Amino acid sequence: MSVNASGWKPEMHDAEGDAPATFTGNRALMLEEGLIFEIGDATRTGVDLPQPPKVASRLGGLERNRPIGLPGLAEPEVVRHYTRLSRQNYAIDLGLFPLGSCTMKHNPRLNEKMARLPGFADIHPLQPIETVQGGLGLIHLVGEWLTTLTGMAAVAMSPKAGAHGELCGLLAIRAALEARGDARRVVLVPESAHGTNPATAAFCGYAVENIPATSEGRVDLAALKSRLGPDVAAVMITNPNTCGLFERDMAAISEAVHAAGGLVYCDGANFNAIVGRVRPGDLGIDAMHINLHKTFSTPHGGGGPGSGPVVLSEALAPFAPLPFIEADGDGHFRLVEEETAGEHHGSSFGRMVAFHGQMGMFVRAAAYMLSHGADGLRQVAEDAVLNANYILRSLEGVLDAPFAASGPCMHEALFSDEGFATGFSTLDVAKGLIDEGFHPMTMYFPLVVHGAMLVEPTETESKAALDQFIGALRHVAERAKAGDPLLKQAPLMAPRRRLDETGAARKPVLVWRDPAPTAQAAE
Amino acid sequence: MRYLPLTDADRAEMLGVIGAGSIDDLFADVPAAARLSGPIAGLPAHASEMAVERQLRGLANRNLSAGDAPFFLGCGAYRHHIPASVDHLIQRGEFLTAYTPYQPEIAQGTLQMLFEFQTQVARLLGCDVANASMYDGSTAMWEAIGMARRITRRGKALLSAGLHPHYVSVAKTMAKFTGDRLVTAVPTLTDGAPGDDLATLIDAIDGETSCVVVQNPNILGHIADLSELAARAHEKGALLIAVVTEPVSLGAIRSPGEMGADIVVGEGQALGVGLQFGGPYVGLFACADKYVRQMPGRLCGQTYDAAGQRGFVLTLSTREQHIRREKATSNICTNSGLCALAFSIHMSLLGERGLRDLAALNHAKAVQAADRLAAVPGVSLVNDGFFNEFTLRLPKEARPVVRTMADKGVLGGVSLGRLFPGEAALANGLVVAVTETVDEADIDALAAALEEALA
Repeated sequence: MSVNASGWKPEMHDAEGDAPATFTGNRALMLEEGLIFEIGDATRTGVDLPQPPKVASRLGGLERNRPIGLPGLAEPEVVRHYTRLSRQNYAIDLGLFPLGSCTMKHNPRLNEKMARLPGFADIHPLQPIETVQGGLGLIHLVGEWLTTLTGMAAVAMSPKAGAHGELCGLLAIRAALEARGDARRVVLVPESAHGTNPATAAFCGYAVENIPATSEGRVDLAALKSRLGPDVAAVMITNPNTCGLFERDMAAISEAVHAAGGLVYCDGANFNAIVGRVRPGDLGIDAMHINLHKTFSTPHGGGGPGSGPVVLSEALAPFAPLPFIEADGDGHFRLVEEETAGEHHGSSFGRMVAFHGQMGMFVRAAAYMLSHGADGLRQVAEDAVLNANYILRSLEGVLDAPFAASGPCMHEALFSDEGFATGFSTLDVAKGLIDEGFHPMTMYFPLVVHGAMLVEPTETESKAALDQFIGALRHVAERAKAGDPLLKQAPLMAPRRRLDETGAARKPVLVWRDPAPTAQAAE
Repeated sequence: MRYLPLTDADRAEMLGVIGAGSIDDLFADVPAAARLSGPIAGLPAHASEMAVERQLRGLANRNLSAGDAPFFLGCGAYRHHIPASVDHLIQRGEFLTAYTPYQPEIAQGTLQMLFEFQTQVARLLGCDVANASMYDGSTAMWEAIGMARRITRRGKALLSAGLHPHYVSVAKTMAKFTGDRLVTAVPTLTDGAPGDDLATLIDAIDGETSCVVVQNPNILGHIADLSELAARAHEKGALLIAVVTEPVSLGAIRSPGEMGADIVVGEGQALGVGLQFGGPYVGLFACADKYVRQMPGRLCGQTYDAAGQRGFVLTLSTREQHIRREKATSNICTNSGLCALAFSIHMSLLGERGLRDLAALNHAKAVQAADRLAAVPGVSLVNDGFFNEFTLRLPKEARPVVRTMADKGVLGGVSLGRLFPGEAALANGLVVAVTETVDEADIDALAAALEEALA
């Protein structure tokens, strides 16, 4: 809402209707931008390099003999190109980003500043160990916070993202089972699980079976128990789950799985709801990945890089991947790699990545952890849960909330598309929210709810921001219930209207191809 | 707490709307035994920006950073100069704090950037198409081996002796669980080109071979013509996978795609990303058009919107886990978006001319350094051909020499003893990388430190 205290109002004679077409296709601050392949060329460059010393080539006759086809631009053009592109993105810095299970919280800029200290940003992964003691110390520090916060015995720091962490956890489980000569073949996954869970289990060579949910939106303990047996290697559970609920029976689930000889993997995507208030280790978990880009505020960067350290129980710690870091005491750190693993860690399942994992993300997470402290992290969970419940209770009268009667939600509120006018869907509501200036919530996930809308506000939103979002979602939901035909057209005010995704997949155009020369040009 | 906007008054009011008596009521589903009554013991309380900065600077200062020493390390991570505008642009909040572009109408910035990135990578590696990036080079190589298995329906991969040993370790870890058979070897310090390695690989290709995996330039810095290897693999129905850990090299030498590789993967760190103690980096993944539906990872594609304007979306997601679940081509759910952006901006700044000039500068400096270092008494150069990295044979074990030089403030390379522990025949090898960031004084300092350490 704009503020105009003066009461000035210009005379506008043609204000109704669409704005006229412009020569450029631009709309004031909304600027169209061509591809670098359209605006750059092979002769321009944005770097000045010194002349190389004169030497005879030793490229062994493999000198490049064809152009690569890379356009270049001068620096001002590059800065403008990417600045213009950036303005076509929604981002946390612009507003509330309520993607359920994604934990889009504020990314503190202190994190960025710390990650760029040359002592962290400009060290090589293969430098002699004595020259990187601070780097190893930093990784060790983050590891200690993670094991303390989760109440677990050990941590594997190298996994590069959440799904890579799942892989790490399941490989540790498989290695542990094989070490006791127990070739179990089945992994149980709840219906509400994120798609990476079954994909990871399948990748590790397991058959995947679904566990049903109760009408309350939680794992059906009785059904799970009846399926347990000597063929079940592990159960993968997300807690809090993707319906936004805490799995009350978690300890009982772990106990039952352990009694049947299996192990418990917990998807820690939703750790933000309980950080500082609950230690997953107290619930019998054997392995859990932690998305540093969710709970610990490292930036999502338009789709990565993530970071997915995995905390491990006593039972799985000996199978942790290489490399890892050990404190020798006196502030000295040791890097355990293939060479030294034999002495103490011979049962490690091996290496998952070339180097030490996402160091740049560890520095950011460390800055976040130290900034919050144990008390601040507890407050994070409380405010995240408070904000989600505030949204749930403010909207349950407008939108169907299938599990609202189950009690409070955790960090995210789940709604369904029930009550929308015929032909109106969750997608329409999402696109309507775009016109309201918000990024939509997670759509159509979890799969157990029809037309699911999963809203996770996080703790870094003010009450005013929440109230505005609630107002916007209520407004759009009422349009969907009333069957407002304009909503089917939304978004009308974004840089692009709805895009043809079916066409994109049918005839994929994945790279720019220079246009074929026209007949005239050839003549 | 500076990151938390709610006031106590807000909290009280919101609890009233919710109808809860206290915040603890919202955690009622957590069993009492698992509820912590106060802040977790053993961790400090919250801290000011100033205090956090002081503590982290203390740790950073315990490291010898590359800019503070004559610096010659490579082997999969290279120190190049990154133009100032790269870091400025990737810190724009609209890039930094955006999510995966699942709502394309308000993510065209990220999507167009990815489309440009895919095109740059495909052209650089010499392939038809590339994906929107992977975690890093080592995981990209493993994913390529899995992709070759799906395409050929064969399970034996031949791995060149010249591959980065950590990449091979990653593949071995994964193969233990997938049942892939890997044939591996270690390199030798024999003088000259890697001809023996390629000949060995060619001889080993048989009807069960899914792929041959070769790195160029390889771990010792050798460069090779892969054309014959590609042809012989294809004759037997196997694919050639090439790995590039130093993409700047492709400004000077022919790309693997041009030499017949079917899948080319790489580590993109050298352009725009920085050393960062090993991560985050950006995996490059490119292949021939006909294999695109077997490709792992995210893909961005061109399309049009309802008003007929060109736009971009994530596409072919029926390969991916969120649709296919246990039948997906990979469990990967992310790319390395911001690193891909840094790579792409650096590439746009360089352009064809800048990349070729940068590559020429790297090569010339490396030639200079190789000649200078090979003149140190007892030291000889192993390579005939190389780009910006080469291997020296020292008269004694290289690993302690590297440590001795580091004590004198010279980061003089990577010893083969560190990379191939237990391989006595390689123990005297020292791999030296020379980029544009190295000047003559650095080369002199390394030569002097080497001479002293060997004396």
